[in-house]
Amino acid sequence: MKKVTKFWLFLILAVVIYGIGQALIQTGILNAFYSNMLILMIINIILAVSLHLVIGITGQFSIGHAGFLAVGAYVSAIITMKFELPFVLAIIIGGIVAALAGLLVGIPTLRLRGDYLAIATLGFGEIIRIVFLNIEYVGGAAGMMVSNMTTWTSAFVCLVITILVISNFTNSRHGRACIAIRENEIAADAMGINTTFYKVAAFSIGSFFAGIAGGLFSHNFYIIQPTNFGFLKSFDILIFVVLGGLGSLSGSVIAAILLTVISTYLQQYPETRMIIYSVVLVVVMLYRPQGLMGTREITDFFGKKKSAKGGI
Amino acid sequence: MEWLQQLINGISLGSIYALIALGYTMVYGIIKLINFAHGDVFMVGAFVGFYAIKGWGLGFFPALLFSMAFCAVFGVLIERIAYKRLRNATRIAALITAIGMSLLIEYGVIYARGAQPEAYPDNVLPSTTFNLFGAQINSQSLFILAVSLGLMIILQIIVHRTKVGKAMRAVSHDIDAARLMGINVDRTISYTFAIGSALAGAAGVIFGVYYTKIEPLMGIIPGLKAFVAAVLGGIGIIPGAMVGGLILGVVESIVSALGFSLWRDAAAFIILILILIFKPTGIFGKNTREKV
Repeated sequence: MKKVTKFWLFLILAVVIYGIGQALIQTGILNAFYSNMLILMIINIILAVSLHLVIGITGQFSIGHAGFLAVGAYVSAIITMKFELPFVLAIIIGGIVAALAGLLVGIPTLRLRGDYLAIATLGFGEIIRIVFLNIEYVGGAAGMMVSNMTTWTSAFVCLVITILVISNFTNSRHGRACIAIRENEIAADAMGINTTFYKVAAFSIGSFFAGIAGGLFSHNFYIIQPTNFGFLKSFDILIFVVLGGLGSLSGSVIAAILLTVISTYLQQYPETRMIIYSVVLVVVMLYRPQGLMGTREITDFFGKKKSAKGGI
Repeated sequence: MEWLQQLINGISLGSIYALIALGYTMVYGIIKLINFAHGDVFMVGAFVGFYAIKGWGLGFFPALLFSMAFCAVFGVLIERIAYKRLRNATRIAALITAIGMSLLIEYGVIYARGAQPEAYPDNVLPSTTFNLFGAQINSQSLFILAVSLGLMIILQIIVHRTKVGKAMRAVSHDIDAARLMGINVDRTISYTFAIGSALAGAAGVIFGVYYTKIEPLMGIIPGLKAFVAAVLGGIGIIPGAMVGGLILGVVESIVSALGFSLWRDAAAFIILILILIFKPTGIFGKNTREKV
């Protein structure tokens, strides 16, 4: 019963936020600069939440997330630009192809642990980027022209679906299995959890939503180039998750919103932006390694119910 | 005999990778941390060498030594400021801090001097080309190879013949037991960072002399590839890093020579993935059992 009310509350909140955003954009109170920032914010939130599933919930340290973003971006751009199919289809196919790529990358690499896994995902992210760099069909290094199709509505619908799926996954039996793997992989294995299956599953679900974000990303920026998806992009996504708190969905959402706003205002000063990012990253790790929210969710601050997700 | 020429080019490039990889592997062997900032120490070394040669008019060897000394201090500073507090933190926290330090150094340098590239003067080392079995070989690449080999031999002597080296080996074997035996662990770790960073600084100067162009983000890709080299040889094992670096350099030259120069960067990562899947401990690594 309680879960059902929570669900409806979430939906009502989503509709309200959507309505406010739509009204502000329609009436022209927010100019193109700010509405673009809102769409960018949504893309970043989707990326943060999808990586949160991999790092925060399953505890698999992946730093090649931009590779799946690239897969989604290029595949959906090919579908709308070369095959001239509708945008919705492009986003879904982009997500599916990214999920397949995640499966392909995940099956061999997820046998590795900790540092080795991080480096292997980094390597795969770079390989994906270099592959796109060398395919003439998508423009190579010069990039590919994509027309602007992402709107506030389409982006927001994707965001709501992403958050619903990931939070439901987290609170399901499968999500608990993933949390068990994060806490102690050997113990989880001993309790009869198929660790490989769940790690690969979480990885490809994360990749799927990164692909969705990629579809929105490519149709928002007029041009996509392989350099957009280098590992600095992966670090950007990583910073959202780490700063928000490893294991907190609302934390990564908040961090994504905050950092998008900050980086939009610092757009003229890219060096300052990166220095601030890196100092924040180091200081947070030194003084508050669990991130801003730890493993708590924002809803935990309201009800008296203890967090069901288990702390550190 | 173009192959011989490519082989020599590959070995020169590989010796630079090997010098950087040594720092990675030594640090990982002792505190189990992938020091992402190591590639940026390499970059700082290249710039210090550049300013020493261009600004102060030093010769190659004084500039090399100055850059090594500067980087040694710089590496110790990084360790003291960022990594020392994280000895007992989770691996993820340490890794993220290392990434943060790397970004901080890169963009700090860009902030301080701008992102424009610099070019090493081309008369630092005598450059004559001579013929060896029909291959055109530049004296610079032989010289670089000699300097790298010399540094590696010195490193081997330090690690195996001195007290500091003995302490380093002891700490990497078992940090707690080493502390119980009266070894000053913190100081040993600092020495490790100093030696590794000095080698990276030397690699930076050599890279600058050989490839001429240096820029603030130049450390990222060689840093990652040097890490690949360290993993390839077996991370934590010093001879492994040397062999891994040389293999990687030769493979890259072969890939370029076959006409796939755009795929050169991918080759390193493909090697990495293959080695991680089939023999994660590397060429020289031994399998260790995981204890619960």
